[in-house]
Amino acid sequence: MTEHASTGVQTPQVLEGLQGVSADWSADKQAFPVPWGKAMMWIFLLSDTFIFTCFLTSYMNVRISTTEIWPNPSEVFALTVGGHHIPLLLIAIMTMILITSSGTMAMAVNFGYQRDRRKTAALLFATAALGVSFVGMQAFEWTKLIVEEGVRPWGNPMGAAQFGSSFFMITGFHGLHVTGGVIYLSVVALRVLSGFYDRKGTYETVEVAGLYWHFVDLVWVFIFALFYLW
Amino acid sequence: MNQAIIDIPAAEAHSAPARSAAHGGQQHPIRIYLWIWLLLFVFSVCSYMVDYFQLQGALRWTLILVFMMLKAGFIVSIFMHVAWERLALKLVILVPPLTLLVLIALMAIEGDYTFLTRIASFVR
Repeated sequence: MTEHASTGVQTPQVLEGLQGVSADWSADKQAFPVPWGKAMMWIFLLSDTFIFTCFLTSYMNVRISTTEIWPNPSEVFALTVGGHHIPLLLIAIMTMILITSSGTMAMAVNFGYQRDRRKTAALLFATAALGVSFVGMQAFEWTKLIVEEGVRPWGNPMGAAQFGSSFFMITGFHGLHVTGGVIYLSVVALRVLSGFYDRKGTYETVEVAGLYWHFVDLVWVFIFALFYLW
Repeated sequence: MNQAIIDIPAAEAHSAPARSAAHGGQQHPIRIYLWIWLLLFVFSVCSYMVDYFQLQGALRWTLILVFMMLKAGFIVSIFMHVAWERLALKLVILVPPLTLLVLIALMAIEGDYTFLTRIASFVR
């Protein structure tokens, strides 16, 4: 038991573990002691998890069930740089870019809570810029695949037709998320710069935007492992 | 008494997650983020090396999945702050995706079955 300094009301300590879960749910109050925007973002990301898993699971299903040879991603996505043939080069660079952007995003959230307006905005813009370069590389990759390799959603010269449909669906939907994230982060960054969150009294919106951005990176981890490396 | 349990200012004296929640957010030393950032780079390079050196078979799949789960775990727990959230929120985030394992298992079985039927009827 502790005394609340301002009210003098006696309060027991906050319960942890399963007892805490029970208390959080049963008490006559909101179940999650987080800003509502954060709780809603988590619910959205949860639904997005199901969508991406459905895409990846259908990719798994068609890859298992096809009797044709699956095109070797290591070869399909190889680049020749200065006469050297390097497998998956562009994809490796894109992976590094997305991880770098996740780092800058985490720092932006941190500086946001320190109320450092300029550093927060600068890091948010850096994150968005890295996102733009990621989408640019993806556009380059798609162009190369469509124009040079002749990959279509309904077929390709290298093997199983399902390769194209899975590839365009999964990376396209992910690219759409990155594009949306770039717009989202730019809006938040402009608001940080204008002092909007200082007036509002909280920088939690930066953290909520961060959740979305880290999720986009998280999805890429699975796409990179299951589509490109498998 | 129930009313008292929810008094967030009272939580401040007791637990770090409740404290940050009371202030509306998560604040942690930058050092943690930099370490995780570095680890993510290392794991990414490792998984790229699996392909670069053309490891094949069970070793390839094991390494890919291990590096994938390590990266996903660090992103979710540290970058997305799940490690510092209360258990009620953790359960909401982490338990529903487990049902997806059932979907994945069913679709893998279904895929194998379709493959065998195709082999049996088309490839003679």
